[in-house]
Amino acid sequence: MSSREVILNRVRRALTDVPRDEVFPVPRDYARAHVVEGVLELFAEHLRDYRAVVHEVAESELADAIAEAVVRRGARRVVTPAGLPPAWTAGLAAATCVPDGWVYGPIDDLSDDPTNNRPKPAAPHLTIAELDAADGVLTGAAVGIAETGTIVLDAGPGQGRRALTLVPDWHLCVVRAEHVVASVPQALERLVPGRPLTWISGPSATSDIELDRVEGVHGPRTLEVLIVRRPPVV
Amino acid sequence: MRVGLFITCVNDTLYPRTGRAVVRLLERLGCEVDFPLAQTCCGQMHWNTGYGPRIEPMVRRFADTFAGYDAVVTPSGSCGAMIRDNHPRAAARAQDPTLAADVAAVVPKVYDLTEFIVDVLGVTDVGAYFPHKVAYHPTCHSQRLMKLGDRPTALLREVRGLELLGLPGEQECCGFGGTFAVKNPDVSTAMGADKVRHAAGTGAEVLCAADNSCLMHIGGLMDRQRTGMRVLHLAEILASTEKEPA
Amino acid sequence: MSKAVPPTGATFVGMPPFPRAARDAVGDAQLRHNLRKATHTIRDKRAVVVDELADWAELRAAGAAIKDRTLRRLDEHLLAVEAAVTSAGGTVHWAADAAEANRIVADLVRATGETEVVKVKSMVTQEIGLNEALAAEGIRAYETDLAELIVQLGEDLPSHILVPAIHRNRAEIREIFVREMGEWGVPAPAGLTDEPAALAEAARRHLRERFLSAKVAVSGANFVVAETGTLVVVESEGNGRMCLTLPETLISVVGIEKVVPTWADLEVFLQLLPRSSTGERMNPYTSMWTGVTPGDGPQDFHLVLLDNGRTDVLADRTGRQALRCIRCSACLNVCPVYERTGGHAYGSVYPGPIGAILVPQLGGVATGKVDAQTASLPYASSLCGACYEVCPVAIDIPEVLVHLREQVVEGGGHRAEKAAMRAAEWVLDDPGRLRRVQRLAARSRKLIPKRAPGPGAAWTDSRSIPAVPAESFRDWWVRERSGPADTAQAGVRPTGSAPAAAVVEARESEGEGR
Repeated sequence: MSSREVILNRVRRALTDVPRDEVFPVPRDYARAHVVEGVLELFAEHLRDYRAVVHEVAESELADAIAEAVVRRGARRVVTPAGLPPAWTAGLAAATCVPDGWVYGPIDDLSDDPTNNRPKPAAPHLTIAELDAADGVLTGAAVGIAETGTIVLDAGPGQGRRALTLVPDWHLCVVRAEHVVASVPQALERLVPGRPLTWISGPSATSDIELDRVEGVHGPRTLEVLIVRRPPVV
Repeated sequence: MRVGLFITCVNDTLYPRTGRAVVRLLERLGCEVDFPLAQTCCGQMHWNTGYGPRIEPMVRRFADTFAGYDAVVTPSGSCGAMIRDNHPRAAARAQDPTLAADVAAVVPKVYDLTEFIVDVLGVTDVGAYFPHKVAYHPTCHSQRLMKLGDRPTALLREVRGLELLGLPGEQECCGFGGTFAVKNPDVSTAMGADKVRHAAGTGAEVLCAADNSCLMHIGGLMDRQRTGMRVLHLAEILASTEKEPA
Repeated sequence: MSKAVPPTGATFVGMPPFPRAARDAVGDAQLRHNLRKATHTIRDKRAVVVDELADWAELRAAGAAIKDRTLRRLDEHLLAVEAAVTSAGGTVHWAADAAEANRIVADLVRATGETEVVKVKSMVTQEIGLNEALAAEGIRAYETDLAELIVQLGEDLPSHILVPAIHRNRAEIREIFVREMGEWGVPAPAGLTDEPAALAEAARRHLRERFLSAKVAVSGANFVVAETGTLVVVESEGNGRMCLTLPETLISVVGIEKVVPTWADLEVFLQLLPRSSTGERMNPYTSMWTGVTPGDGPQDFHLVLLDNGRTDVLADRTGRQALRCIRCSACLNVCPVYERTGGHAYGSVYPGPIGAILVPQLGGVATGKVDAQTASLPYASSLCGACYEVCPVAIDIPEVLVHLREQVVEGGGHRAEKAAMRAAEWVLDDPGRLRRVQRLAARSRKLIPKRAPGPGAAWTDSRSIPAVPAESFRDWWVRERSGPADTAQAGVRPTGSAPAAAVVEARESEGEGR
């Protein structure tokens, strides 16, 4: 008998007291979200709580804000994933941008339809050494979560492969207000499980020394977030 | 209101003062108190040490002995919790429907002393007088299983002359834990030593609690360490008056 | 401290029973100080972030119920995992025990031609002794979590689920780094201080090249979503992301109890786990992957589903709740026993309250198979209940501890204790006997020594014995309040072997055994 059968048989034997037609209830009376008002403010506050650098900008200020952040950081080579809106890098010298060609799904497709989103493995890839040589990475994000101060990347356009936001020491991330939800349950509703997902809450950190949190271990040691405000309703 | 007093075997044997205080207190509050002599023990030591299958006679005895009362009051959080939480389990295990029914009938009438005074009698000022500095230790089973909450301190606050001092780390176990105290004496003593240190640091003259078994352990350590503090069951403070001080 | 001894099952070889090991730990002032500082820090942090969520009780109830529901249909969910992971391009292996899991992993590594692997912190690979098994095959496993690195470099044993080096303070960590890093790779920088930030930087430099060049990684997982085949790893430092993203081959060893049925179920656990574990609203990094994504991450993915005693736990109707555990370690952090002994005293990979119920069950305590060390674990608790109070999936640890004590008693031994318990039953089965014993004690109370010989010394070495009163409460009541017909007068029907007559008789015939 295979170990597969052995284990499955053991499980079934262990559960002889459980009726096979049992309906085991799960109480779902927890909150879908804990805040309704001030979601964007809370998102910024919680990002800052865990030592992210946060700026809030209007859409029209975004390109300048990105350029300023790059200059402030002194970054000369910034990785740019495929599908990044060209307007975002308008203020950067062409030589600053280090493009990576891989994208999960067609660049113009934002429908999050898993059957339509197929990776393009043939796209040109930066090597790990090239990523390591870069000063930073500029990406968008799929979802922001206010209650936890979390950014989720789903490898979609403008986000790229997981390695892009891991190896460089500085992550500059643009989060649009309309992508920010209040809670973890709301975030999961928006995300597509099949995609590679990275949830980021502040720069890399550890609590392994005397259970006190210190920032900066293996992931990017600086997380800088540009929150793009909703355009005012006319 | 006919109250059956479940004194517990430990109090019966080692702390009769506590039992006498409970009787005096409840009678002062207008209760008719009875002590049915058929009572012995709730079975907690056996249950918690791994001899649960053997306590069926004790469970049966408890349910039979206290069947006829309006309320059953006990001055021990851990014994109260044993009856409330584990007597139904023991009865279910015995697969005796009559026993299960008897236990189910008596369990809702079982109260910790402070619960009974505050919730049933609706009293927090019991007319006590105790002119001393006191710290209160909420024993684990009093707080986590019996969920006495602030009832004990509500009662203490109304005692004339009493100065109630906050106990740092009050929620932490004193390290008694029944047979734990002798099976793991070093850890038990280390936990108790911290409790004693916290208690002594308050400047209180008396450390009180709603369970004498924990106080036996803490008091035993205090005595060895010659802290000068004494331990006292809450009931003895609540029973204390100018005429009959604790 | 202790030299690392390869585990067999979840326990370390050659460890003394808990009370003996605890004695040494309690006497170690530095250890006590480190543990107290760390556990109190994390306790306070947890309390703050848990209090932020008004629906914590509801989340906790949902978490417990989701886990229970999953466990009660575990075979179906495991098959769903297998189907989903396979269709997403992964390969699923089944390991009935530690040896089989180690064999599978070693063969997979060898097939890549590599002799080194990087590891994400994983409890289950410690449980099966994977590093030692790989070493025996000529494969070197590098721990990359900071605390695991400290343990590995220091040839130490882990002492905590979340922070295996919790027993080490910053000065000790600095010393280990300075002494050992050069032996394993990039040495510690000159002039390394014991500032946590500097120590973290040293770990970054030490491991950086290893991450960037690693070809094979081994991980565990916090959750596996059955309906999608998604694995979830929750971490802080980015070492997890490095291992899960950069190598070509990824092997994830996962206990069969880690399954959750649906994607939406994560909404409960991703709120419960970080707040309970590190006391954060969310941990810095969470990775979720489903099989293989062409062009992104490892292109060769293996999932090893491990039993190793879990089905024995599942078969125990009281004990199976231990399989709800999400390894947050909140129970360790609040445990007054753990705070004073640290994790090593438990002699196993899973220390603290959860270890005290998990390790004996994984080892087969129900069938009387465990050694004295493992059998001592269910007693390593005062049953204070602090662990149950903080457990995010409501495992009633005290209930299971008591249940396991029964299994230990049934398993034989404890002869003196059994005799004492039987004697106590005999006395407590009859109020008359109880009364005679009380009177005997009262009469001889002056003879009771301050320091008891034999087993009694366990009490009197540190504590005075309470003075035995001259008169029991029972005798006082009879003297003051009632006549000889007391039981009948109380309106209580005589019970069992204690008819009213026996009580009366007891008063006349005290001191005489029956």
